[in-house]
Amino acid sequence: MSLKNKLHILKRKYRSKKMAPAFNALHTFLYLPNETTHNGTHIKAADDLKRTMNTVIMAMVPCLLFGMFNAGYQHHLALGEIQSVTGGLFSAEFWTLDNFMVGFWKIIPLVIVSYGVGLLIEFIFAIINKHEVEEGYLVTGMLVPLIVPIDIPLWMLAVAVVFGVVIGKEVFGGTGMNILNPALTIRAFLFFAYPTWMSGDKVWVHGAVERDQAIAAGQNLDAISGETILGALAQSKEVAYSTADMFLGFIPGSVGETSTLLIILGGLFLVFAKIGSWRIMLSSVIGAIVMGLIFNQVVASGWITESSNFYGLMSAPFWEHLIIGGFAFGTVFMATDPVTASQTNKGKWIYGFLVGFISIMIRVFNPAYPEGVMLAILLMNVFAPTIDHYVVQGNVKKRMKRVKVKTA
Amino acid sequence: MSNDIRIKKGLDIKLVGEAEKTVEQAVISNYCTIRPEDFHGVIPKLVAKEGTTVKAGGVLFFDKSEEAIKFLSPVSGKIVEVVRGPKRRIDAIKIQADKAQAFEDFGVFNVDAAKPEAVKAHLLAAGCWPFVKQRPYDVIANPASSPKAIFISGYASAPLAADLDFTLKGKEAELQAAVSALGKLTEGKVHVSVGKNANSPLAGLNGITLHKVSGPHPSGNVGTLINKVDPVNKGEVVWTVNAQDLVVIGELLLTGKFNAERIVALVGSSVEKPRYFKTIAGSEIATLIYDKGVSKGGNDRIISGNVLTGKQIRPDGSLDFYSNVVSVIPEGDDYELFGWNKPVFNKVSTSRALTFSWLNPKKKYDLNTNTNGEHRAFVTTGTYEEVFPLDIFPMQILKACMYQDLDEMEALGMYEVAPEDFALTEFVCVSKQPHQKIIREGLDLMIKEIG
Repeated sequence: MSLKNKLHILKRKYRSKKMAPAFNALHTFLYLPNETTHNGTHIKAADDLKRTMNTVIMAMVPCLLFGMFNAGYQHHLALGEIQSVTGGLFSAEFWTLDNFMVGFWKIIPLVIVSYGVGLLIEFIFAIINKHEVEEGYLVTGMLVPLIVPIDIPLWMLAVAVVFGVVIGKEVFGGTGMNILNPALTIRAFLFFAYPTWMSGDKVWVHGAVERDQAIAAGQNLDAISGETILGALAQSKEVAYSTADMFLGFIPGSVGETSTLLIILGGLFLVFAKIGSWRIMLSSVIGAIVMGLIFNQVVASGWITESSNFYGLMSAPFWEHLIIGGFAFGTVFMATDPVTASQTNKGKWIYGFLVGFISIMIRVFNPAYPEGVMLAILLMNVFAPTIDHYVVQGNVKKRMKRVKVKTA
Repeated sequence: MSNDIRIKKGLDIKLVGEAEKTVEQAVISNYCTIRPEDFHGVIPKLVAKEGTTVKAGGVLFFDKSEEAIKFLSPVSGKIVEVVRGPKRRIDAIKIQADKAQAFEDFGVFNVDAAKPEAVKAHLLAAGCWPFVKQRPYDVIANPASSPKAIFISGYASAPLAADLDFTLKGKEAELQAAVSALGKLTEGKVHVSVGKNANSPLAGLNGITLHKVSGPHPSGNVGTLINKVDPVNKGEVVWTVNAQDLVVIGELLLTGKFNAERIVALVGSSVEKPRYFKTIAGSEIATLIYDKGVSKGGNDRIISGNVLTGKQIRPDGSLDFYSNVVSVIPEGDDYELFGWNKPVFNKVSTSRALTFSWLNPKKKYDLNTNTNGEHRAFVTTGTYEEVFPLDIFPMQILKACMYQDLDEMEALGMYEVAPEDFALTEFVCVSKQPHQKIIREGLDLMIKEIG
């Protein structure tokens, strides 16, 4: 008897049992179910939620792999064991097995903890609420390891995932019902609960914190600086990286956010697949550029001086904001989450614009925690239903007007 | 004068098994079955008791809430069975057909000289009223209402639909009589749509406003026509009639006979030789599907109607009252290894998420009834809008129906829609939500609460 038939018999056997959702969730990963249509349309299009989610994950895989190389590269570079890259994207110093293995052994545990804890909670809630396990966490689980610093302790990540999934999603009714992006809720929890692990100049390069502790313990070693570009700009310091490095991603930062190039490729793939919203991505970039230009103008007009706290970030050319920090990653993979973004096409333009606009604003005005994208997206998640409300009201008003014209 | 309506949003689902343009006389069905459930919202009051005989055109039952609306027998014969469900609800009325058919004579009707009330009374008495449907609510029209316009779609854009240009050919006289009669029942216009490049017998009729439509499905849906021409506002009513039913109305007016004969397309990838049949509403489906059609005992889905909006029927079932197409497609009750992530070439999709139907827009597909995924909460956005040409927010109105907010349903345009308008959004739905059912239940709620 084939595996297919064996599983089919098992499925029937466990149909009304408590654990059925758990069994079905695993079964449907192996086989597309044998479910047929009833009345309504007798045929259905090929896409389901699993396919949609899987497409998003595929778009993130290059960022994940790059993140592994980059983790090792930054680590070895900081230790002074290797030279910084010279040959552009295909630099030999970067694509080494050594670099990869450092990142691999640091990042794979993050992925495992993220998926393990998150899916466990999803399964528990599915069993309690007697519904099928929805696929929402598949993308969240992949996003989370990509937006945290590499050395984040695993237990913190686990606690944050529990918080994010339960409070950010399940209390609202699970996938499709949440108001805030679950991955960003997880990151925001980490950000406010364990700020020393989420910002500053020590956490972005593997080994920096450890080295710091060793120095504090009296060992005679050089400290590793793992400052991000945003951090440097926020303190009006000189930036040590070239524009090409920033664009290609050879810079410190959260695991998967550094390579703007790969994020753009992922974004283009999602737009092409008609999974990601090009409206949100484009308008967010426009919003960021507008805000960046305004700040540049402020600097050019001489309204603030170099002594100002905001000078460093404000004077950064507007386009540089697009390739540093988490802006690109947030715009492509987080702002476009269909559940928490605006749901109307017109609303998406407004929502995306404001995400970009506010991202850069928070970045500049909050130099202590210069990553504004997370907060901007969470803020706009809250406002998205309001934006949609007004867009839909436009349609309603048009309908009312039609009646008035008739009766007048 | 004609007006062009071109829609861009929509989706043509091209399927294998289009009917060849030949008409065969179907085997005469021994039994004719009328199911009151075909007439949504009608509570039948039985007239023809079990054991009595009726002529073709004899009254079987009428609508309890609107007694003037009568439902006639398409054949002459003996009522052999009244099938009842729970609470003695009438599920079906089964008539054994006589060898020689006898017709009730309703008399030749002179449309031109008749007053509107007389036309209405005649159509009601002669059983043609059930062909007239109304919006809001997509139910049989209330004869007391006065429609602001009447809409007829002469263009079938649904997958594997019967080609109306072909099935209506040579019926110009009947169509004209029916349209003239209907024209008397409205203060407004009779809007008729035909395909842009079509050679429709409807195009030459007098007393109509002609619209030439083009673009993908649902360009041929009457709901699309209404929305683009003169949308229904609160308090207004429009009537719609299926083009093929005009022939029945026309024949009644011209000859005095209620003749429910129609041309039905037998289509679908499971059919050996898809073609057209001349048959009668209520005929056993077995009289159509087995001769050079479907293999007996095959694992197929038989649908009275098209694959998007039709009703599933059993092999011993019968053609429903309104359909002019019978679709037979394979059942999809099998598992598919890694079906959720492997590249897909043999299914239709509007996305490009490793689904490749965009590469070859002309290709005809052999789709089965698999849902290609499980029921989920609404997640993706923007997918419905791509295939939904009406000026309405599809997801928002569906959600309003689900949480039963009558004010919101009304504001979002519930008076304008019918379940069939949401067939394409249901087809593309990533979350596999039953859109048409949601809309139908929403409309039923509105009938109950608002009326």
